Amino acid sequence: MTVQTQHALLAVRDLRTYFHTFSGTVKAVNGVSFDIGEGEIMGLVGESGGGKSVVGFSILGLIDSPGQIMGGQILLNGEDLVTAGEDRLRQIRGREISMVFQDPMTSLNPLHTVGQQMDEVLRLHSDLDAAARRKACVEMLESVGISRAADRLGAYPHQFSGGMRQRVVIAIAMLAKPRLIIADEPTTALDVTIQSQILKLMRQQIAARGASMILITHDLAVVSEMADHITVLYCGNVVERGRTRDLIETPAHPYTRGLIDSIPDPANRHPRLKQIPGTVPDIRNLPKGCNFRDRCPRAQALCAVEEPQLRPQNASQWAACHYPLQPGDLA
Amino acid sequence: MTSFVQTEFFHNYRRSTSAVVGSALMLAFAFAVTAGPFLVDQNPYDIAALNLMDSYKPPVWLEGGDPRFLLGTDGQGRDVWASILYGARISVFIGLVAMIASCVIGTVLGLIAGFYGGIVDSVIMRIADIQLSFPSILIALFLMSAVGTGVDKVLIALTAVGWVVYARTVRGATLSEIKKEYVQAAKVAGLPNSKIIRKHVLPNVMTPLIVIATIQVGTFVLIEASLSFLGVGVPITQPSLGLLIKNGFDVLFSGLWWTSVFPGLAIMTLVFGINLFGDFLRDELNPRLK
Repeated sequence: MTVQTQHALLAVRDLRTYFHTFSGTVKAVNGVSFDIGEGEIMGLVGESGGGKSVVGFSILGLIDSPGQIMGGQILLNGEDLVTAGEDRLRQIRGREISMVFQDPMTSLNPLHTVGQQMDEVLRLHSDLDAAARRKACVEMLESVGISRAADRLGAYPHQFSGGMRQRVVIAIAMLAKPRLIIADEPTTALDVTIQSQILKLMRQQIAARGASMILITHDLAVVSEMADHITVLYCGNVVERGRTRDLIETPAHPYTRGLIDSIPDPANRHPRLKQIPGTVPDIRNLPKGCNFRDRCPRAQALCAVEEPQLRPQNASQWAACHYPLQPGDLA
Repeated sequence: MTSFVQTEFFHNYRRSTSAVVGSALMLAFAFAVTAGPFLVDQNPYDIAALNLMDSYKPPVWLEGGDPRFLLGTDGQGRDVWASILYGARISVFIGLVAMIASCVIGTVLGLIAGFYGGIVDSVIMRIADIQLSFPSILIALFLMSAVGTGVDKVLIALTAVGWVVYARTVRGATLSEIKKEYVQAAKVAGLPNSKIIRKHVLPNVMTPLIVIATIQVGTFVLIEASLSFLGVGVPITQPSLGLLIKNGFDVLFSGLWWTSVFPGLAIMTLVFGINLFGDFLRDELNPRLK
């Protein structure tokens, strides 16, 4: 049930991350699998509470109690990160895999200068001396489009605007030349005008370094511009996966279709934006059968009984639906 | 770089009467406890320098006052003014050292409790809760009766009482800081926990501690005075302000009021100054009160 690529940098297999709470076990990630090849960008899409961020933190081994990875494999170049020790994970974090966060207002420490925060990463992950580290920091800041970079090293985060801070955060994430970058809603907290600049910058940086990226977002519009392929999560399960163009043009799962329909289209103004009816079910107490059936216009008797498995729809597309949409179907 | 005089902090300080008066009182005490022994002729603890003929002289402005003894003398002929200067050294020393010890211990425990959570957190905070349910003077009294008296024992008792407030404050602040993304970012960068705590969490939780630490010096001076007054504090050879009050207390109602009242006024002035300045700091460092 996996799309095999020739050089999978990261292969996630049947990942299960559960949170044990007093009111029951939250299966935030419940059997998620995907592959990311070298230089690929994968979009991880879903509603709030769909388990997107938990996938990201699971890969980094940063799931705090009461959360726990209950099963599956996370293979980075064949090395399983689920069974790796904390020391090994600390080497990997920052050096092999790094992360860009949602809110640049809080993802930099307000009390240290930008230069100190960049230097910290290099001191940890390189053998460079102080002068070489400084040079590397200046070059990196310049490459993310910050002018007078040498002067700005001594500036504090509050002296930068939101967009500039996100550039700094990206610069820090790129510093140790990681091979995989996990971007968790990297543009959600930014102005719309800045969003496209930052996305463009990230794509440039990824391409220039041959790195791969997981782009976590609820915004299909963002992901359709950026990603090579897309994985759609719903209630901790992969409901659909495929190459970006195919998935956007001919979604097979009604949930994907709903997400696409709820993108505002400036050329075709509806009196009211389309939306998916209902809300995400209580993840501690999921119904039998398909998790999406209460909100699904195509649900039938079978959906209440049997949980659909991921099945290939065509050469590049997989969906977990008993009654998938066919190309040309109207939802 | 702007100089300190141009900062908003200094501007507000100059406009605040309580801050100026408070810091003036604190400075006066700082001067008195450092230069004290050079300001008076008599060393009140040198038995040879005392003369019983001088006992119970009233302050100079009263009938029978002796120009050598500004605030009068006690039963051993000890100069009250000199005793206050020497006693304030002990009081301020105890207040400061106990504050620093409480601050360090409480901050470390609070950071550990807040950062690691779980069983460590529960144990530390339940001890703190139990301790807070007793009046601090009671705990100090109990400890003093267990370990004995002396300056070092007073320091132990005060620290045992004082760390709780730091631990609780730091734990709360830590809990809110570690949710922020820059701490997550530091973890993602691969920094070890010890470094994250020292470099990222600690500097961001320190601001409220400045206020607590300031006010606590005053509180500790008062607790120490109470302990000494009750006879379980510092030994008679190193009388603090509290012990001076106790020594004069026996004769207070015989009209020989000066031996108790002047040390009392000294404590009051010191604590008043500290609290005035502490209030200013609290208003200044809390953005929500601005």
